[in-house]
Amino acid sequence: MKLTDFDIYSNLLKTKSGLVLTEDKVYLLESRLNPVAKKWGYNSLETMTIALQGVPDKNLVTDIVEAMTTNETSFFRDMRPFDMFKDHLLTYMKQARGSARRIRIWCAAASSGQEPYTLSMILKEAQAQYPGWTFEIVATDISHDILDQARAGLYSQFEVQRGLPIQLLMKYFTQVDGQKWQISDDIKKIIKYQYFNLLEPMTSLGTFDIIFCRNVLIYFNEETKGMVLDGMAKRLAPDGFLMLGGAETVMGLTKEFVTLPDHRGVYVLPNSPHLQKKVETPGAASPLGSGSATPAAPATSAFGLPPKANTTTNS
Amino acid sequence: MLMKCLVVDDSRVVRKVARRIVEDLGFTCDEAEDGQKAYEFCQGEMPDAILLDWNMPIMSGIEFLEKLREMDNGGSPKVIFCTTENDMNHIQRAIQAGANEYIMKPFDSEIIESKFAQIGLHP
Repeated sequence: MKLTDFDIYSNLLKTKSGLVLTEDKVYLLESRLNPVAKKWGYNSLETMTIALQGVPDKNLVTDIVEAMTTNETSFFRDMRPFDMFKDHLLTYMKQARGSARRIRIWCAAASSGQEPYTLSMILKEAQAQYPGWTFEIVATDISHDILDQARAGLYSQFEVQRGLPIQLLMKYFTQVDGQKWQISDDIKKIIKYQYFNLLEPMTSLGTFDIIFCRNVLIYFNEETKGMVLDGMAKRLAPDGFLMLGGAETVMGLTKEFVTLPDHRGVYVLPNSPHLQKKVETPGAASPLGSGSATPAAPATSAFGLPPKANTTTNS
Repeated sequence: MLMKCLVVDDSRVVRKVARRIVEDLGFTCDEAEDGQKAYEFCQGEMPDAILLDWNMPIMSGIEFLEKLREMDNGGSPKVIFCTTENDMNHIQRAIQAGANEYIMKPFDSEIIESKFAQIGLHP
């Protein structure tokens, strides 16, 4: 794309959406706008660009802005929630579900699949510690098109470089036609993709140990946010966890969830065992046991479980 | 103390773009135009990170990496390949030779930032 063409789009986006486009995003412009050009019957992006310089159709401008502002997702998006999942939530579930050996996870906005696949890869990497366990990820979305994309598990070179460590690319993807990367069936098989509208009754989905609902609520108004959260509370195991996006909260929206102290982005039910704090001891470790345990700490520690012995000596 | 990143690429344009990105991330940046120059640079001082092209005149990126990992203290820099070679064979060969990460060109600042973060490079 020519630099002058780039300026036309970056100025348009700046005016219409406030989105600032830097020059290293040329590729994004091309991959997002080619489908728009096709939809509007232009034989190339260049032809559409020329048309834009006249008096463009208002709807064309809207389509361009929408194509460019659609929320981007990526593997290991924001990283921290997945560290939290691996280091804390999963570790807790390993003990708490030790007899059933089954963990059910709901990705409430599967989008093009990066989040469920990320979780599946984390579970696969940890597999050796979970002999005989069954993991199930129910991944839902309101768009049939995006679910088809997710099911296909086929990603561009750019997509597989966003947040995905090279070791995991080597392990769980194969290259197709030189430009695309296909995720392996092994990672796909624990995921069940299904169409679901978050505004509908959720009972049919069953009960989950962990719900990921990141960067979805931001699209709803306050009342709807509350409704969705109330519904999710009923689908969560009593000791389960809800993960929201970095810019989201339950505060002021529902009484069915509360923040898990010291764990940003993690929410639990009001009667959750994870909230049994060690109140008597000032300066005691946080509910998750991230601080140092004191001798006075009572019997419940991380996630309401007996504290792990801190001794590093002997057997 | 500031972390140092060495950008090794025979294209001046790529070096310039990469320099801007790594400097924005908080690194100080040095440049080398081929593997030989990079090798000589590392004999003087080891950088914390090396962003490394594959195909270059005089000495290629993979040759440089193999020589680097044999040097005293040559295991310390984190090496991120950054190349148009985008097939699994090249990726595997790079990782076997001791690369820490691998970027397939074209890249943007987000890709570089996320790859650096994954291998614990936070200036």
